[in-house]
Amino acid sequence: MRNTQGTFSFLPDLTDDQISAQIQYCLDKDWAVGVEYCYDPHPRNIYWDMWGNPMFDLKDPKGVMMELADCRKVHGDAYIRLNAFDNTRAVESVTLSFIVNRPKVEPTIRMTRQEVNGRSVRYTHEIVR
Amino acid sequence: MDTLATTVDLRAEYESSGVREVLDELDRDMIGLAPVKARIRETAALLLVEKARKTLGLTHLTPTLHMSFTGNPGTGKTTVALKMAGLLKRLGYVRKGHLVSVTRDDLVGQYIGHTAPKTKEVLKRAMGGVLFIDEAYYLYRPDNERDYGQEAIEILLQIMENNRDDLVVILAGYADRMDTFFNANPGFRSRIAHHIDFPDYTDAELLAITEHMMAEQNYRATDDARTAFGEYIGLRRAQPHFANARSIRNAFDRARLRQANRLFAAAEGPLDAEALSTLVEADVRASRVFSGGLDSRTAEMEGKK
Ligand SMILES: Nc1ncnc2c1ncn2[C@@H]1O[C@H](COP(=O)(O)OP(=O)(O)OP(=O)(O)O)[C@@H](O)[C@H]1O
Ligand SMILES: [Mg+2]
Repeated sequence: MRNTQGTFSFLPDLTDDQISAQIQYCLDKDWAVGVEYCYDPHPRNIYWDMWGNPMFDLKDPKGVMMELADCRKVHGDAYIRLNAFDNTRAVESVTLSFIVNRPKVEPTIRMTRQEVNGRSVRYTHEIVR
Repeated sequence: MDTLATTVDLRAEYESSGVREVLDELDRDMIGLAPVKARIRETAALLLVEKARKTLGLTHLTPTLHMSFTGNPGTGKTTVALKMAGLLKRLGYVRKGHLVSVTRDDLVGQYIGHTAPKTKEVLKRAMGGVLFIDEAYYLYRPDNERDYGQEAIEILLQIMENNRDDLVVILAGYADRMDTFFNANPGFRSRIAHHIDFPDYTDAELLAITEHMMAEQNYRATDDARTAFGEYIGLRRAQPHFANARSIRNAFDRARLRQANRLFAAAEGPLDAEALSTLVEADVRASRVFSGGLDSRTAEMEGKK
């Protein structure tokens, strides 16, 4: 089941050239770009692992692409995303985040309903491989 | 690409790419350095032709552009590297054209596992531009076989080979030490295509540089002050830690300091632009260089880079 977290996730996967162009856009805005990966794409799992530190002072997307290539080598079957951090005062948060690598077979997210207290329903999600 | 062009106009390319502009600027801003300028012109011509050959489909390889700049301190290596970065950008050989200037401390770590991330960090910043490694021979310490410099060298060699489209590396330092370094690290020698040697400046050139620096900052020396500067150059050269144009820049900065003090101490009425921009003989002659001594702070500043 296709994971649709982050920007661009309803589009076909970005090519490396397209990813580079997006990174250039971030660098032009002075955002710091970081690489993160994760094997547990549960929508509530906000804790992805960092692949090194976010990168500051880059002029060219190649620096990020090198890290992405290294991360793919080690975690080719994980989700990998790029985060762009905007350090503008009072923004100071991730402002763009998009997936740049997916496992060959993506897990399914199954929703379960549980009836409680008469007619009330609780929903929960779990990853099914 | 649809169809290949069948002709190229080198002249037009030379003008429109802005290469001519950079070379003119180099001629104008840098005094002397005739052999360096000639080598850079040759290199620019070669790269322009190489680019034209690519346009016509005669070649597909990116030429090796890594360089070594050798010469004594203050001979203009860093300044020329900056211009070189601009030139390579206009010629289309690097994408961004910025210069990242580093020394051993920026590349080599203090403990196991520290060096590779440090070196990579610098390389990532340099992507799309020029990486300038000053006193590159400090990366190699043969007396300590477990020195972490070796790790940085290996990463550099790999990147210089595999990322030729992404960055240009310039290694700089004293000629004799660079020679030893290249002999011990043939990997570097074989990856460097252009060696440029920076000669020491003559006394006359240093005086011209003084005037150039003064003009740039709207200062003017009286005839006596100019004569004093001339004598200063000769004396300073004979003293330790002489650093060519950098020594001149420092001398000029100190003369400005003395001028400011003189104006401040003496001024009673309003001062005009003329007074504020004139250096007189005393501003120069007060230097300890004239009394045979080199003030210790000067030596320290110029010896340390
Ligand atoms: N030919 C020149 N004309 C005018 N100014 C010059 C010239 N050469 C050097 N300078 C000035 O002298 C100073 C020192 O030059 P630079 O830093 O490029 O030398 P360097 O060779 O890199 O020295 P080091 O080896 O000590 O790093 C700079 O301020 C530069 O502007
Ligand atoms: Mg320098």
